[in-house]
Amino acid sequence: MIRRFSWFNATSLTLGFAFLYMPMIILVIYSFNASKLVTVWAGFSTKWYGELLRNEAFLDAAWVTLKVAVISSSIATVLGTMAAYVLVRGGRFAGRTLFSGMIYAPLVMPEVITGLSLLLLFIAVGLDRGVITIVLAHTTFSMCYVSVVVSSRLVAFDRSLEEAALDLGCTPFDAFMSVTLPMIAPAVISGWLLAFTLSLDDLVIASFTSGPSSTTLPIKIFSAVRLGVSPEINALSTIMIGIVAVGVIAASLISKTRIARMTRDEQAAQQQ
Amino acid sequence: MNFRRFLLVLVPYGWLLALFLVPFLIVLKIALSDTALSIPPYTPTLDLSAGWAGIKDFFGALDFENFVFLTQDDLYWKAYLSSLKIALISTLVTLVVGYPIAYGMARAPQEWRPTLMMLVILPFWTSFLIRVYSWMGILSQEGFLNQFLQWAGLTSEPLIILNTNWAVYIGIVYTYLPFMILPIYATLEKLDVSLLEAAEDLGCSRTEAFWLITAPLSRSGVIAGCFLVFIPAIGEFVIPSILGGSRTLMIGKVLWEEFFSNRDWPVASAVAVILLLILVIPIILFQRNEQRQRELEQ
Repeated sequence: MIRRFSWFNATSLTLGFAFLYMPMIILVIYSFNASKLVTVWAGFSTKWYGELLRNEAFLDAAWVTLKVAVISSSIATVLGTMAAYVLVRGGRFAGRTLFSGMIYAPLVMPEVITGLSLLLLFIAVGLDRGVITIVLAHTTFSMCYVSVVVSSRLVAFDRSLEEAALDLGCTPFDAFMSVTLPMIAPAVISGWLLAFTLSLDDLVIASFTSGPSSTTLPIKIFSAVRLGVSPEINALSTIMIGIVAVGVIAASLISKTRIARMTRDEQAAQQQ
Repeated sequence: MNFRRFLLVLVPYGWLLALFLVPFLIVLKIALSDTALSIPPYTPTLDLSAGWAGIKDFFGALDFENFVFLTQDDLYWKAYLSSLKIALISTLVTLVVGYPIAYGMARAPQEWRPTLMMLVILPFWTSFLIRVYSWMGILSQEGFLNQFLQWAGLTSEPLIILNTNWAVYIGIVYTYLPFMILPIYATLEKLDVSLLEAAEDLGCSRTEAFWLITAPLSRSGVIAGCFLVFIPAIGEFVIPSILGGSRTLMIGKVLWEEFFSNRDWPVASAVAVILLLILVIPIILFQRNEQRQRELEQ
């Protein structure tokens, strides 16, 4: 058997994952450092977490970021699912090529260009920069990601089920709600999650489209980080890494148990 | 029913037209305008109330002056070249680092693979900004890397890495590594093992078998991974501005400074237009590679 797992494979995996995880592990450990000197260990302390919770500016920014992320990812999920449906099931219509081009282009567009162009639009139409403009900007690029995720699921799934619903007298809308949507629901949910994290994380586009009263957390972190490493930012990063780790691991466990249940149900059905 | 279908197309279509295509046309228009000390800081502005004459004046005042300026001031073409160089070198390093990891994953026992996949994807869900920031504490002069090197007796003086191009390379390789690993892993996992067995039966050494079979068959994954790193690396802003120094020239950073510090909107727009023209070539090549791959699979 040639497919043996060699020492070379084991070493490259160990080193590779050490490289991927070491910086974040160091960050997490040193967020509990008592010293203000971030690279010198001076005993365990949670004081930077306390400082963080008393820092009004960070809390305000976190609230703005969360608001923007929830609203923009929800709109983006609706628009992105519509776009995916139109692309996969819509057949031909005038301007279809332009439409699919506009879905894929934002995925490769450098963020500085997306940010700049949206800002110039908002100024041209006289829209004041604030939460609304960030939401509009985030919705626009994340709906494209949602649409890619959902359309890959739509392509994979059997069209005859939809046709059966239509034959049995459903309107296209009813067929979508009762047949298509439940089938593509996992993709829609992961699309929403993707849009949500993209929005939480975005610095460049938010910097172009935010106003003075609507600073988001990444903007706040960026301006603090430019002055150097700070223990408060380490604490904030640890909280964010923790939330993501718990979320992703929980999601994978849930999908694992679901798959296990589905295979069990199938086996049970076959035995009957 | 037709009205519903019309609405279904119209809403996302209209959204993208208004918030993707129109803004881009505005950038193009401003790139052709002149800088002016006014609000907004460029001329001409379209005056529709003047009717046809206004439109004619408007188009008459547009010119390619900003693009000529970009070719004359060597800051800009140096920044474009340096972005391409940094993106190219980091892409190659990412390939060298990422390939063995993807290879190890594909060789790992079946039951480990979902976990290994999740470990590669997990950093992708964590904030990009934080992952870049985590290197500041490692690479600084009194940082962990220098502490380690001095403790191990490898250097006596602390190395200066942060705020140089070295830090930018490390940052790009680190943050884009999952984009390289995943497509290569996808092709390696599908690889037919019996081909390797046949090669070894026919007298190939393991290294020869790798170069004769594994490497060519994983080519499309390598190409896809390289483009997925190269394309975003060219326009990168966050990494050079956090890890790079004042002498790190990257076009995303130049555009940002032109806009926010110099408030020169027409030049910033012209920089954006050229950047996009540069990106069109690798994007088309990437699309072709994907399409060929899809055709092969069918």
